[in-house]
This record gives sequence, C-alpha cells and structure tokens, in this order.
Amino acid sequence: MSQVVNEKKIKSLKKVKSSRNVIEIINMNKWFGSFHVLRDINLSVQEGEKIIVCGPSGSGKSTLIRCINRLEEHQDGIIRVDGVELTEDLKKIDKIRSEVGMVFQHFNLFPHLTILENCTLAQIWVRQTPKKQAEELAMEFLKKVKIPEQALKYPGQLSGGQQQRVAIARSLCMQPKIMLFDEPTSALDPEMIKEVLDTMIELAQEGMTMIVVSHEMGFARQVADRVIFMDDGQIVEQNEPEAFFNSPKSDRTKLFLSQILGH
Amino acid sequence: MKSNISYVRKQDAPILPPPINQVGIIGWLWRNGISSMTNFSSIANSAQSLAMIAISFIILYLGITGIWTLIDFAFIQAIWSDEDELKRLACATTLQGGSLPEEWFGACWPYIGAKAKLLVYGMYDIEEIWRVNITYLILILGISWIVIGGLPFKFQVGIFLLTVYPIIAFILLTGGGLDIEYSTLILLLIFSFCSSLLCFLSSKRFLGEVIFSLYSILNTVRYLLIYLTTVTILFSLDLGLVTVETEKWGGLLVTLVVAITGIVASLPLGVLLALGRRSSMPAIRVLCVVFIEFWRGVPLITVLFMASFMLPLFLPEGSDVNKLLRALIGVTLFSSAYMAEVIRGGLQAIPTGQYEASSALGLSYYQTSRLIVLPQALVLVIPGIVNTFIGLFKDTTLVLIISLFDLLGMIQSTFADPTWSTPVQSLTGYLAVACMFWVILFSMSRYSMFMEKKLRYEH
Repeated sequence: MSQVVNEKKIKSLKKVKSSRNVIEIINMNKWFGSFHVLRDINLSVQEGEKIIVCGPSGSGKSTLIRCINRLEEHQDGIIRVDGVELTEDLKKIDKIRSEVGMVFQHFNLFPHLTILENCTLAQIWVRQTPKKQAEELAMEFLKKVKIPEQALKYPGQLSGGQQQRVAIARSLCMQPKIMLFDEPTSALDPEMIKEVLDTMIELAQEGMTMIVVSHEMGFARQVADRVIFMDDGQIVEQNEPEAFFNSPKSDRTKLFLSQILGH
Repeated sequence: MKSNISYVRKQDAPILPPPINQVGIIGWLWRNGISSMTNFSSIANSAQSLAMIAISFIILYLGITGIWTLIDFAFIQAIWSDEDELKRLACATTLQGGSLPEEWFGACWPYIGAKAKLLVYGMYDIEEIWRVNITYLILILGISWIVIGGLPFKFQVGIFLLTVYPIIAFILLTGGGLDIEYSTLILLLIFSFCSSLLCFLSSKRFLGEVIFSLYSILNTVRYLLIYLTTVTILFSLDLGLVTVETEKWGGLLVTLVVAITGIVASLPLGVLLALGRRSSMPAIRVLCVVFIEFWRGVPLITVLFMASFMLPLFLPEGSDVNKLLRALIGVTLFSSAYMAEVIRGGLQAIPTGQYEASSALGLSYYQTSRLIVLPQALVLVIPGIVNTFIGLFKDTTLVLIISLFDLLGMIQSTFADPTWSTPVQSLTGYLAVACMFWVILFSMSRYSMFMEKKLRYEH
C-alpha cells in the first residue's frame, strides 16, 4: 500500500526540479599510477536529482563518486561542486566535504564513540555547533532513520542495517546539499537491505540530491531520475530508468543487465 | 534403498543439566588438566596422557621446591629484628662469630631496615627529607585518586599531575631558586605576550584566512610559551628552601625521577614521532625516521655514557648541564623512539575507512588524528606501551654506570659496609630491591590489563 503511495509521491517530486547544476564534471581523467581508471568523464547533476551509477566491478564507479568529495584526486579536467572547483586548496576541500555527505559500503562508523557521539562529532568540531544543539539535531536525524533508542550504544552492538542507518544519520547531521552512497547495501544481509533502502527512499522524497552506486535495480526504478552505466572507466550509457532497463542501447549494457537480472 | 526425508518434530527435546565435568571445581580441574591425562583410548593417546602426568608432576615439584626455598630464606629462617644492635653478628652463624646454628641460611632483614633511609632517599640531607616525603605523598595521592574507581575530577587530577606537580616536585626536591638571567626571563615574557596577541588577532580574523587556519597551532604554542614562562619564573624564585644537589639524591628517589620523567615525556614524544613517520610531508617523515632509527640503533648504556662523558667535550667551556638532567634527556629520547614504533603499530591497525569517513565529514588531519585515529590506536597498543614503560623503569638501573645511584646502585654501594658484612648480605639486598621493583612493575602491569578491559568497546 504505502509503496504505491510512495511511488506516486516520487513521481510528483521528480517533476519538481530546479535547473541549477550542483555538480559539474568536465572532461575528467584519473590515473592510479599508470592505470587509467576514469576516462573522459562528463557529468552534470542538477539540484534534487537522484542518480544511480551501476556497472561491473572495477569499472570505476566508486572512484568516480570518491572524486566528487576528493577522497580521490583527479589529474585532469574540472570537477565543480556547488560552484566551487576542486583544487589542491585544503580549505575548499574541507568546506566541500562538510557539504557533501558520504555513506560507505562498510559503514565506517567510529567504533570508540557512541552512536550519538558519532553523529555530533563533526558538527561540534567542523561546524562549531554547541554540544547541546548538536545532540538535539543528532537525535532528530536518529529518529528519522528510526533508531533513536540506540543513541547511547556503540556501533559494535548494532546490526549491519542499523549501523548503515546510523551512517546515513551521521552524514545528514552535517546538513549536506548532496549525498553520495558507495554501495550502501552490498555488505548487508538480505533482510537488512530493505530498512536501509527505505531510509534512502524517504531521503529521496525530501528532495535530496543523491548519487548512489548500487545494483539494487528495484530501488533504481523507483527513485532514480537517471541511471548511469559505467564500464572500463567510462560512462557507457545513461538514460531514464524505464528506458535504461527496458531498452538498453549499448551491447555492454545489455550484457551487464542480462547478467544481473538473469536469474 | 527406501529413503524417508520427511520429518516433523512433535515434542521439544528436554533441556538437561550439563555433565558433571563441565561446571564447578570439577569442571575447572577437568578442563585444565585431568582431561589431558586420562585419555587411554589408544596407544598414542595413552603415551600422551602418561607424558602429561609426568610433566605435570615435574613442574609441580620444581615449582613447590623453588617457592619453598624462597619462603624458607625470606620468612622462616630470616632474622627480623636486631634489638641489641649487634649488626652483622645478629645474622652470623657460630663459625662467623655470631650465635646462629651453622646450617642457618636466611635473610637478614635488619640490614635492609638499617639501610632503608639510604634506599628511599639516597644521601638527601636528613633535615630536608620532609620535602621528599611531601613529593612522594602528593604523587601517591594523585595516582591513587586516578586509579581508584568512582572518584570525581579524575581528569583534573590527571592534568594537575602532568602540569603543576612536576613544578612542585622540582622546587621541593632541588630547592628551586635557579640562577636565571633577567634577559632570558624578559625574552620569554615578550614571546608569550606576542604569541597571545597574535592568537587574539588571528581569532578575530584580522590577519586573513591563512593565519586563521593556523589558529589551533598558534594557540598550542601560546599555552606552551606561557607555561614555560611561568615555570621559569617559579623556578627562579627563592622560597627559602636549602638547595640539595642532585649528586646527593639516590635510591628510590632517582629511580622514580628517571622512570616517571621518562614515561611522562616519552609518550607524547612517541605519538608525535609516530604520526611524523607516517606523515605525507617528506621532510618530517625523514626527520622522524632518522631520529627513531638512531635511538633504536644505539644501546642505552652508550647513550648514558655519551651523555655523561662525551657531551661535556662538545659543550662550550664552563657550561655545566646537570648529570641527572642529562641522564633524563637520554632516557626520554631513547624510550620515545621505542614508544613511536609501538604507537605506529597501532596507527597501522586503524582501517583506511576510518580516515575516509572522517575526511568525508570535513574533519581536518589534526582533528582526524586526535579524535578518531589516536584514541583507537592507543587503546589497541596499551600492552605495548606498558611493556615499554616497564622496560624503561627497569632500564633506569643502568644510570649506575654514570655514577647515579638508583635503587640497585644504592644497595650495591651498601655491600661495602663491613658492619653488616655476612654471606647473606648481598642476597638479602638483592631480594629486597627485586621485591620493590616487582611490586611497582606488577601493579603497573595489572592496572594496564584493567584499563585495557575497561576501554574495550564492543567490536
């Protein structure tokens, strides 16, 4: 029932979009040593847009989104996030990082801090928010990901799905303009995938700009404005989800889709 | 063959009590011994069981006789008091001129009693010993406050011990009133004032964004300078205490001064060196590697020897750096190199995901190190850190070769005293010193295990 309602909501949301580009990647190239991992990437993301990036392993999808908050450095071309070009300037990088949230495959929560401390740490030290205020905001987002009762536990005491939801809350506490998800569900047991995806769907409904590396095709159909297929360090095909899944143009896309949807 | 794989359980299996050899004392004995000695199911197993029985008995026998010899020497046969002031004759057999039976062999504790003052204070002026006592007392109170669970203000007490206490200890032990030139003082005052001003201006962003980004470093420098100035002023004050030369210090006093200074100073230095060795800046990295490898490559005895006899040759004539101070610096630098390697091990155990998550949240390198990486790394390497501390504590005995008399050196120097000369004199002395070391180091080791357990979070 709610699924149907959700989909309707999303459909209506998809149409409301401003035309401002929050991410612009122009002729970007990246090498790991002498290995050319990202080749001639061009991508612009509008505010509120949801993009799913898929592709075989080693195709450079994770590297691509890690370039957007400069966890990886690109060697050639231009990346602009929220109008600011990514360069060597550490100050700019820290500023962009605090405005771009990232959720990792293996959660990467800080195991020595409680859930609440995980969520308040960056607010207190990067944003200089007073502790009390930071805690209030953290609790708000923990409620949103539906685990406020775990606030005083340590990450090790939570299940994988719960940890990933905390990781989402931790990023949201910085009130980012863009959220990057690097295979957020691929380290999770099947029954936990849903709870994380539900959280992400809710986030999408609120109009967050999202770039998600994922192979959750159901999620892609439901939420994405655009699906990007990468192979061999290049963007091979991109399209609206329906068109992408129903009538892929490139042979590589067809092969990939047949492999992941084949059974 | 007819197979029937369909099965439905109709009744729950009963919940039974465990077998007798699983729980209680019998269970413990079974798991920790008997089970390995009673397996006679095959020839090989029987042979193994018999071997286990034999080995167990040999170990038990050796252990019990060894411990018994020690107890016999230290307690049963030992002489405890010397009421008639007989000195050596109290602990001498009839053959040696005393009154004890010929086969007597025990510790001579009155000898340790007579030398106790020497062991604890060295040659420290008798009428000034209260100063050492106060220093010891504050230390013991402070440490107990931190160690005993459930007391408030632990953090503040820790800060007091690390910042104020060293000043108190220095002034009490040496007498203060250092001869510091006015020019040095004025220079320090000017530096502190300037750094404070710079700090204030940069915090208000008057000096641009670049300086503002250095604010936290500036702030640290400012506090260090102010601390240094305060310390210098306090040290130069004449409080009317008699100066006691460090040459007169000895025994436990020297051991504790060297060990505690070494421990307290080597940990932060080690952290800096470990971070430096993993730094992305080549100059810092090379500097740290060279430093660490140099100090790890030379024996401590060489370091002490060089500090004591070679260094004066290089220093300008007339400049006299205190011998104890030289030993302190040598020991500190030496152990900080070891500490750095221990901590580096901890840093390497932190997964890259932690750094990435921290950077992705916008935390800077310093914040990441301080808030994310070091708290985890240091807890991981507590056993290694305490191991280095214990090693350092025991290495203090080496200051003997530059004629500083620590516990061991002090007791050895008393062996020359003919009024207590008996065959058991040195044995008693060594046993007493060994016990003192063991008590201190064993409690350190136990406390570290307790901390490890307390700081272990659920993984």
